[in-house]
Amino acid sequence: MSSRPRGAAGSAGERELLSAGDVARTIARMAHQVIEKTANGAERTTPPVLLGIPSRGTPLAVRLADKIGEFSGVRPPAGALDVTLYRDDLRRRPPRALEQTQLPADGIDDRVVILVDDVLFSGRTIRAALDALRDHGRPRAVQLAVLVDRGHRELPIRADYVGKNVPTARTEGVSVLLAEIDGRDAVLLRPSEAAETPGEDS
Amino acid sequence: MKHLLATDGLDPAVATAVLDTADELKHTLLGREVKKLPTLRGRTVVTLFYENSTRTRVSFEIAGKWMSADVINVSASSSSVNKGESLRDTALTLAAAGADCVIVRHPASGAAQRLAGWLAEPGTSVVNAGDGTHEHPTQALLDAATLRERLGSLKDRRIAIVGDVLHSRVARSNIHLLAALGAEVVLVAPPTLLPYGVESLPVTVSHDLDAELPAVDAVMMLRVQAERMHGGFFPSAREYSIAYGLSERRQKLLPDHAVVLHPGPMLRGMEIASAVADSPASAITEQVRNGVHVRMAVLYHLLASEGAAA
Repeated sequence: MSSRPRGAAGSAGERELLSAGDVARTIARMAHQVIEKTANGAERTTPPVLLGIPSRGTPLAVRLADKIGEFSGVRPPAGALDVTLYRDDLRRRPPRALEQTQLPADGIDDRVVILVDDVLFSGRTIRAALDALRDHGRPRAVQLAVLVDRGHRELPIRADYVGKNVPTARTEGVSVLLAEIDGRDAVLLRPSEAAETPGEDS
Repeated sequence: MKHLLATDGLDPAVATAVLDTADELKHTLLGREVKKLPTLRGRTVVTLFYENSTRTRVSFEIAGKWMSADVINVSASSSSVNKGESLRDTALTLAAAGADCVIVRHPASGAAQRLAGWLAEPGTSVVNAGDGTHEHPTQALLDAATLRERLGSLKDRRIAIVGDVLHSRVARSNIHLLAALGAEVVLVAPPTLLPYGVESLPVTVSHDLDAELPAVDAVMMLRVQAERMHGGFFPSAREYSIAYGLSERRQKLLPDHAVVLHPGPMLRGMEIASAVADSPASAITEQVRNGVHVRMAVLYHLLASEGAAA
């Protein structure tokens, strides 16, 4: 959750799933899919609202919005939605710092909201995000965009836009690195040692 | 963090974490349809007040409710305390009945500390909401939050605390917290209203308000606590007001960016002129507003996590 550097380069057994170039191409493809599905840029359609889930969903949402703007001529607003206060694992962990929530000034009522996160794992983060959204207003529809879907869902949740499906073992770790936070773009697969438990970066 | 009993000895990193959480809470609740977060659902918070209070008790109650905790208010005058039950027995009763957190205000200094000792076994958290003339840590935190909002950072800012420092738990908590956060504190008060051992506190002392005002970034006016005064601390209310009250004339001596604070309840015309209290420099209503967010943040840090290290 914090801006800790993930998967320091060169640690044993680490495998690069997506390079910096792959990440850029993947985001561009997802932007095209969003345009197609939401008819963004067409007349009389309100553009969707992209809400990134901190920490790495936030810059991803901005990049996706930039690309959508580039391809369709209409840049949808991008914001952030912190879900810490809605998590179901708060009791089990030391108190976490809260991250920023930034919604468009005119709210999310009757808009299509696209939640953006780096990795989809157990689905618990997205459940928390859906609860948080409900307290902010009533979107017309909610969709989900993730850079990596690594499987192992614990809730009936699926993504509408997936950058890359990665079959993983539960004990493996998937790290998304983004230049805004980590200094470079990459997606890494770590072997079991520093396993992330489901529900953490899900 | 298990308890919040005092700002004396509070880790500046913890204080900063609470203030940052309060900022984010304020931001996230701004303009929302539903001003309620589910974070503390199923937690029970009891306010146990042995002294009168409006703002602190209401502020804690709203904070708890906005975090979805169940909040129960006990005041000494309408409880078994009236029948002679001791503080310890009352506290153990509340803990046995299922309180996860007891917020206590008591006329005796050190009451919250004792309570934390008695409640260590049931594992109930204790928040000090003012104990005698000792401390009132959440007030200091909300003052710090308000100052951070107005001034940016507290580092190297100069804050004057003016008036009845001797009887003020607010002053004591602020002295320690502001110093820990890197501010310079100057106490301005008549010698009779300075606490014993003031030279051991991280402050400078002055008796001349006019001389201090041009150099401060904020001035915190304290209420003259007549109910705690047994004896003549100053010749007359009028003389006190002339020497230590923040009048309109004095306000003009302040730098333009300076903030005026008062923990309330205010005695208008005594320690602060009405026009000053209602001026744009005054952050008095913001203090109350920030109080809710700060107390939400405190409850979050105390109660959100079950296995949290102390």
